[in-house]
Amino acid sequence: MKHIKILNGSTLKDSLKNGGCGECQTSCQSACKTSCTVANQSCQKN
Amino acid sequence: MIHKFSLFGTNIVLDVNSGSVHIFDDVAYDVLDFYKKHEASTIYGKLSSKYSEAQVTEALEEIGELEACGLLYSKDEYEEYLPLWEKPAVVKAMCLHISHDCNLRCRYCFAGTGNFGGDRINMSADIGKKAIDFLISQSGNRRNLEIDFFGGEPMLNFHVVKEIVEYALSREKKFNKKFKFTLTTNAVLLKEEHKDYINKNFHNIVLSIDGRKETNDRMRIKIDGSGTYGDILPKIKDMADSRNQDNYYVRGTFTRENLDFSKDVLHLADLGFKQVSVEPVVAAMDTGYDIREEDLCTLFGEYESLAAEYVKRAKDGRGFNFFHFMIDLSQGPCISKRLGGCGSGHEYLAVTPSGDIYPCHQFVGMDEFKMGNVMNEGLNKEIQNTFKKSNVYSKEKCRGCWAKFYCSGGCAANAFQFNKDINSPYEIGCELEKKRVECALWAKAQLMDNEL
Repeated sequence: MKHIKILNGSTLKDSLKNGGCGECQTSCQSACKTSCTVANQSCQKN
Repeated sequence: MIHKFSLFGTNIVLDVNSGSVHIFDDVAYDVLDFYKKHEASTIYGKLSSKYSEAQVTEALEEIGELEACGLLYSKDEYEEYLPLWEKPAVVKAMCLHISHDCNLRCRYCFAGTGNFGGDRINMSADIGKKAIDFLISQSGNRRNLEIDFFGGEPMLNFHVVKEIVEYALSREKKFNKKFKFTLTTNAVLLKEEHKDYINKNFHNIVLSIDGRKETNDRMRIKIDGSGTYGDILPKIKDMADSRNQDNYYVRGTFTRENLDFSKDVLHLADLGFKQVSVEPVVAAMDTGYDIREEDLCTLFGEYESLAAEYVKRAKDGRGFNFFHFMIDLSQGPCISKRLGGCGSGHEYLAVTPSGDIYPCHQFVGMDEFKMGNVMNEGLNKEIQNTFKKSNVYSKEKCRGCWAKFYCSGGCAANAFQFNKDINSPYEIGCELEKKRVECALWAKAQLMDNEL
């Protein structure tokens, strides 16, 4: 493409297929204890 | 739903539902304003002073291609997925309040300087072990279990921390569980012998420091009123280095008394810390240091300038991780996690020194949220279900928000504190979160663009 650069594809929809195992870290256990940020957590499967 | 924004000359377009992120040039970025709203001929007319018809046509074709591939204006199909959540709740993480006492008197402490409005008492090893048993019993098939030793100040009761760790580890094999331990400490009492034990057994340690000396010592003070920076910095530095600058966070809080908090973040980075989290205070409106709506513009500028410096340092080989700018576009959390958020009240619980259970550390002391006690088997299922059912679709303000899959509906405790409803998000927190996500996406785009 000339005008658009795709940085990443349909990652959220793809994660419907094999997500939801719940083995990942709870976000409040990493650093935030007063503000919720979930998207910066990592998936236990990767 | 899409979200578009421009920062430092980079036009970023987020397709909210697919999670796809794109960089648009100026032509496509402008065309997007009219796409789906007007015929091509009208769009040429509206943009004819800036672009040629050929440019607009190309941009329209490329935008159409993205849409056809499900990478733009993709549908939200996730709400249908929610019935899967009807399966029984499992608990996988606990915040153990090892001590409701503290050796500091931080001015902004949400825990009433350690005691959460109650007595200044320590957790016994017996209560701690019962909490471990309780967690195992409530965890179903979940293998990875997490314990955060929290306070007050947990180092005031470290011998009990060790007893609980040893007990939990002794239960792993029998119950096929794997415990991960975190310690959140002000670092004042950290000594060499603690360091060895923590590094051997703890997956993560959160070390509290607010940044520059004047910032830290304004808020983080001892009982005699003196500042802590000089005491804690060597200990925190030593601890971080001993963990090879990984699997820890230096964690600070900014208030309206240091709205220039980017300087505090960079101060910590300049000291050599590679894992940094500095977050806005959540304080009642009458405290004087609470973040107000009129501060947002200044704070947005701070996040932007921090993002610019963050990228510059990363490109120069001097990078560090800023917790709120960390984002993994390809391998981040799955949609299931993003719908529900932190899991407070159902997956994640807090336990007080006397064994009382609350939805999270921030609800401790609120009688209406007491869910049980680890000495008894039961858990208040009504409260647990209320939290379990709280998600981005149960919150009207979140439904229409582009950032909902990044903050996952925000912090329930903040929502309750400000709006008396866990489904009604704290708006100042929302505005800051949205700016952080934009800056995180921008920073990622700069660093990925380098690799493409």
